[in-house]
Amino acid sequence: MKSIPILQRFFASDFFYHYRRSTTAIVSSLMILFVILVAIAGPFLTPQNPYALSNLFLADAFKPPAWLDGGELRFLLGTDQQGRDILSAIVYGSRVSLFIGIAGVFFAATFGILIGLVAGYIGGKVESIIMRIADIQLSFPSMLIALFLMTTFGRSITNILITLTLIGWVRYARVVRGETLSVRKKEYIEASRVIGYSDLYIMVKQVLPNVLNSVIVLSTIQIGTFILLEATLSFLGLGVPPTRPTLGMLCSEGFSVLYSGLWWVSFFPGLYIVFIVFAINLFGDFLRDQLNPRLK
Amino acid sequence: MSTDVLLEIKNLQTHFFTLKGVVKAVDGVSFELRRGEVLGIVGESGGGKSVTGFSILRLIEEPGKIVGGEILFKGTDLLKASEQHLQSIRGKEISMVFQDPMTSLNPVFTVGYQLEESLIIHQNLTKEARKQKCIQLLSMVGIPNPEKRLLDYPHQFSGGMRQRVIIAIALASQPDLIIADEPTTALDVTIQAQILKLMKKLSEETRCALILITHDLAVVSELADRVMVMYCGKLVETGDTKDIIHNPAHPYTEGLLRSIPDIEQEKSRLEPIPGIVPNMFELPQGCKFADRCSRCQTICTQEEPPLFEGPKGRKALCFFPLWKDS
Amino acid sequence: MENILLVENLIQSFRVGKGLLDELTFQNGRFIRETLRVHAVNGVSFEIPRGTVFSLVGESGCGKSTTARTIIKLLEPKGGRILFQGMDITRFSKKEMLPLRKQMQMIFQDPYASLNPRSRVLDIVREPILFHRLADTKSQATEMAMDLLQKVGIRPEQANRYPHQFSGGQQQRIGIARALSVHPQFVIADEPVSALDVSIQAQILNLMMDLQKEFHFSYLFIAHNLAVVKHISDHVGIMYLGKIVEKGRKQDVFSNPKHPYTIALLNSIPRLEGKNLEHTPPIKGEIPSPLHLPSGCHFHERCPYAMEICNEVYPEERMTAPNHWVSCHLY
Repeated sequence: MKSIPILQRFFASDFFYHYRRSTTAIVSSLMILFVILVAIAGPFLTPQNPYALSNLFLADAFKPPAWLDGGELRFLLGTDQQGRDILSAIVYGSRVSLFIGIAGVFFAATFGILIGLVAGYIGGKVESIIMRIADIQLSFPSMLIALFLMTTFGRSITNILITLTLIGWVRYARVVRGETLSVRKKEYIEASRVIGYSDLYIMVKQVLPNVLNSVIVLSTIQIGTFILLEATLSFLGLGVPPTRPTLGMLCSEGFSVLYSGLWWVSFFPGLYIVFIVFAINLFGDFLRDQLNPRLK
Repeated sequence: MSTDVLLEIKNLQTHFFTLKGVVKAVDGVSFELRRGEVLGIVGESGGGKSVTGFSILRLIEEPGKIVGGEILFKGTDLLKASEQHLQSIRGKEISMVFQDPMTSLNPVFTVGYQLEESLIIHQNLTKEARKQKCIQLLSMVGIPNPEKRLLDYPHQFSGGMRQRVIIAIALASQPDLIIADEPTTALDVTIQAQILKLMKKLSEETRCALILITHDLAVVSELADRVMVMYCGKLVETGDTKDIIHNPAHPYTEGLLRSIPDIEQEKSRLEPIPGIVPNMFELPQGCKFADRCSRCQTICTQEEPPLFEGPKGRKALCFFPLWKDS
Repeated sequence: MENILLVENLIQSFRVGKGLLDELTFQNGRFIRETLRVHAVNGVSFEIPRGTVFSLVGESGCGKSTTARTIIKLLEPKGGRILFQGMDITRFSKKEMLPLRKQMQMIFQDPYASLNPRSRVLDIVREPILFHRLADTKSQATEMAMDLLQKVGIRPEQANRYPHQFSGGQQQRIGIARALSVHPQFVIADEPVSALDVSIQAQILNLMMDLQKEFHFSYLFIAHNLAVVKHISDHVGIMYLGKIVEKGRKQDVFSNPKHPYTIALLNSIPRLEGKNLEHTPPIKGEIPSPLHLPSGCHFHERCPYAMEICNEVYPEERMTAPNHWVSCHLY
């Protein structure tokens, strides 16, 4: 019942108006939709399950993409040294990559928003300490931190998510704190205090909804960043375990045979990473322009 | 006395082409201004008074556009003039004073530099003469210690003092017309009184015409010879200040005057204009004021009233104007 | 008559700058730590009899808004006493204030900024009712909120909209409904009409007066517009640089102003009749900075009648007529 007015409101909104008129927004959102659909429906469409060892035949190894000499239509983008279909591997890999990107953003955002809200709303010493920690962390390259954490923790999806959270919270905390500082000065916050609402209630019900726009913008771009970061880690052999390969991992595996002329093994997974991150960044830019005019 | 006319505006139309539709911010406004005259443009927000002021110098930015009319300044149509020609008029023959004295000055240059700049562009003077002129201008607008203050930056001045500096800059080129957009709105009452008095004195001394754009009828009464009342982009009433204040012909003017609490006399209850300003995207047919008007008749909601002429050069955009003689 | 509010010698000040580094200045070859304080409210006393309207008037920076925010405990007082219905709330904690929150409310200056842009109008008015348990059920709270909205002139079908879908005047009506939702005894209105167009100001002022008649609460009205203040108040206090320089019944203050600042203020108002400014000399100079308060009477630098003593001693408040108080060495 309620969804109809919400949809109507959405279609009548300025946001939708600008969306309809922005080619970049439409193209990038279609690209993202494609990536998501592939990740969801992919396993039902791919010719083989690349990780069921019983499906792999060494006879199929080193097949080039279908349009090259020796290629087979069965293996559209060729196969690797174990006879694994690259296309299927990409589809399966993108699922893990996307999961890591989205889950990583979810945890980092939750953690960062919490800290940013508290720092911005309470202020004083708490704020100073939190923000100095954030500043210090930001002075290290995030790659360095990730390498350090992953070598300490060991390779696993959980550890990757912990690492991404520990790296990602800083940006959220800073953005949310900044927004909270400006929202806190608004008269509706004073009005809430005059009514007697508790600080927690004000933070959650009054401040949080008004800083969410920036969080959404940041999150979109962070998903891309995290997918890249994970890919880099996996490429360096510090990411996901080999049993759940991501796109980055595929690149890494292909790299070992790159000099043997088997370029397609790492090229196509790499291309797909570019495609995903590019789409996310394009859409993120559009969101930033629409939701956060101050950043323009 | 046509030679006495400094500015003549005929059927000015400035529209804003926004996402949600066209806003006719100024819709067919005509008036003239004589040399040395002080004209007050009054109205509430959305009335189109500021847009009228900005249109005169063609300072309308996207998505706004002047779509029709003529702006004859000393006989030349500014709407047909080249950008170059216009540039030579802006700040020289016509100056502007804006509402916010905090943002009208460039914070990184000294006040003296900014004053001198307007002299360099428009007058051929030696360096020493320029400095003398700057000092003279600052003391003219009542800034104590002008020689020393020339070297100060805008942030070292208070709001009232900054507005004085801005007026000095506006006067630097000895313009024929100053357009002041809410020049005292951001100031405190005692400072407002100082600035209004200063503007009155200067306009009498320099014979420079002044267009005073404000929402405050009392400010206009203190300063203006003639008043123009605007509502929803239309000029609804014009005439001599005294006549309009004491015997408003248009019901909107009357309503405005009645709704202001008066310090002189006790009112047990204010008489506000009922309703709200119509949405500029969906202006009503007929008279724009009809649904808030106590004198509204059937014709008012169907046809747009013409500008009726009354006694003593007064005009009112109303089918049933109240002409009373004072 | 019983007082709803009594304020005695209220003091409020703020530190400028945040940390140690902002306070260090390099002078004459060494670092000097200088803590700058804005002395916003410097000993303000007044009382508001139950059911009446008291206005604090003054120019920007005179401390009137800070006084209001200190009284309602958005800011902790630095000194003095606040007695609300005879109860000393000066040192009340947040928890102790909670039951009093529904008795004192506030209306704000900027109608849009005072409403949460992400809340529906109905929620804005209903939440305080639910929070203070003024209704037994949610539907009863909804009914109460709708009633109030109707009273302030918001139609029932508009109750589900968001604040930005209303005009400034309507937003202020919603702000008023929120303040009244908890049935306060005392309402602080901080420049409630100064952001509105003139024709709308009158509507809101009338509404505020009508509601006061209906619900019998008291107002503390903060404003800079003397005409508005004269229209709405029973008593007024004229503030200058954190002090009340003159206070009394409005008839007395407006028709028989004593303090040179009050006189100057009244002379500065542009009048519809025009020519007010022509005959009266404008007051010279500007308000001194509240960072460095002038010695003696805060007004002496601008005062046309300043005497030697004005530079040295701040004048005591004296009663020049029944209930008409002035702080000036002339009286």
